[in-house]
Amino acid sequence: MNTVSISFNLNGDPVVADVPRDWTLLKTLREVFELTGAKEGCGVGDCGACTVIVDGDAVNACLYPIPEIEGKQVLTIEGVAKPDGSLHPIQQAFIENNGVQCGFCTSGMIMSAKALLDETPEPEEADIRSAIAGNLCRCTGYVQIIESIEMATKHE
Amino acid sequence: MIAYDYLKPKDLAETFKLLDQHGRKAELIAGGTDVMVVVKQSNRSPDTLISLRGIEELRYIRKNDGYHIGSLTTHRMIEKSTLMQNELAALNQGAAQVGSVQVRNVATIGGNICNAAPSADTAAPLMILDAVITLKSRQGERQVPIREFFVGPSETVKEWDEILTEITIPEQMGTYGTAYCKHARRKAMNLPIIGVAVGLSLNTDETIGDARIALTVAAPTPIRIDEAEDFLRGKSLTDDILKEAGLIASSPECCSPRDSLRCEGWYREDMVRVLIPRVAKEAAMNAKSKMNR
Repeated sequence: MNTVSISFNLNGDPVVADVPRDWTLLKTLREVFELTGAKEGCGVGDCGACTVIVDGDAVNACLYPIPEIEGKQVLTIEGVAKPDGSLHPIQQAFIENNGVQCGFCTSGMIMSAKALLDETPEPEEADIRSAIAGNLCRCTGYVQIIESIEMATKHE
Repeated sequence: MIAYDYLKPKDLAETFKLLDQHGRKAELIAGGTDVMVVVKQSNRSPDTLISLRGIEELRYIRKNDGYHIGSLTTHRMIEKSTLMQNELAALNQGAAQVGSVQVRNVATIGGNICNAAPSADTAAPLMILDAVITLKSRQGERQVPIREFFVGPSETVKEWDEILTEITIPEQMGTYGTAYCKHARRKAMNLPIIGVAVGLSLNTDETIGDARIALTVAAPTPIRIDEAEDFLRGKSLTDDILKEAGLIASSPECCSPRDSLRCEGWYREDMVRVLIPRVAKEAAMNAKSKMNR
């Protein structure tokens, strides 16, 4: 299978990789860069466990053909905390407010929340619900997640 | 095993060249939220995917002697556009209800139309707005009214060597009040059980000037309901009149919803009857607020 040479910005650093042309962004993140925070849940864009931020927009990495990432800025959950390890207010709020149970949806939830707050720092509850409508959680019932995101807006 | 080649032309000229070279073995891909799902779920893919995503010239919303929407415009762009919110409310509402934020950030309106799902959320709004579809090929271009664009589920009049480049909406549609209702079990990440779009223009005495009604999931393709539209023209905006329009539209002469996994046909018929008056009232409010602007 022929490969494509891709260069893009990953969590602040320029990277280059030779990847088979039929790979997705998710597969590349996990198997080439060993960033396993973004998960494959459904693999078809329904569950949002693979959510990452590309050029400021939350997207499903499982549906993103890798050739499309050329020249783009990609942010994954691994790039959300500061380089010194201190957590982002959204991460901190999820911990303090029990926004995490099994954890499988968490990185996707946080990426969707971050994309929202980057654009709308003081969202209404309806905005939060809409922003995470594409992220399935089978543990929490969403209440603590929504409260965590609300709490994060106060931290900032 | 999936094994396709993925080509990224920079402009239309290069895309036509690649289509010529690869012929029917190639398939066009835009946002990929439908194409990639089919490829992954069926484990079958075309030999080559030709991506339109690099063709930035097809990503725009403009008002200039009508409304012009480039085929690569994402649902998110239509959702956020104040022009669309203020002037073409139904299309704005349809685009805003597709999938999730993640899907809307990449899924394109051209893709939604070419995929031709009987449930496409932008289809009913585009039907009442009398959208015109521009198809370009190496030989030239043609304009197809949206009412003639859909042939059946996943089938359109677009030929394999044609590219949908623009959706054009007549400027006068900006004066209509419009609304779209996606009736579904959940508020997000769901396909409609039935989709209803209504467009109304009102006379100065608030009687109905013109009426447009379109349904999705009520037939193999999106449909307009001429009989109910004819009935409404010239009538007063009363509950009884709107109720009658719903009855006409839900009759077997006008729509033929089928039983499916999502629900049975009789329920879809019932919802057409219930929702048309509701959506028409919203469209009327939208029309009145435009008159008072």
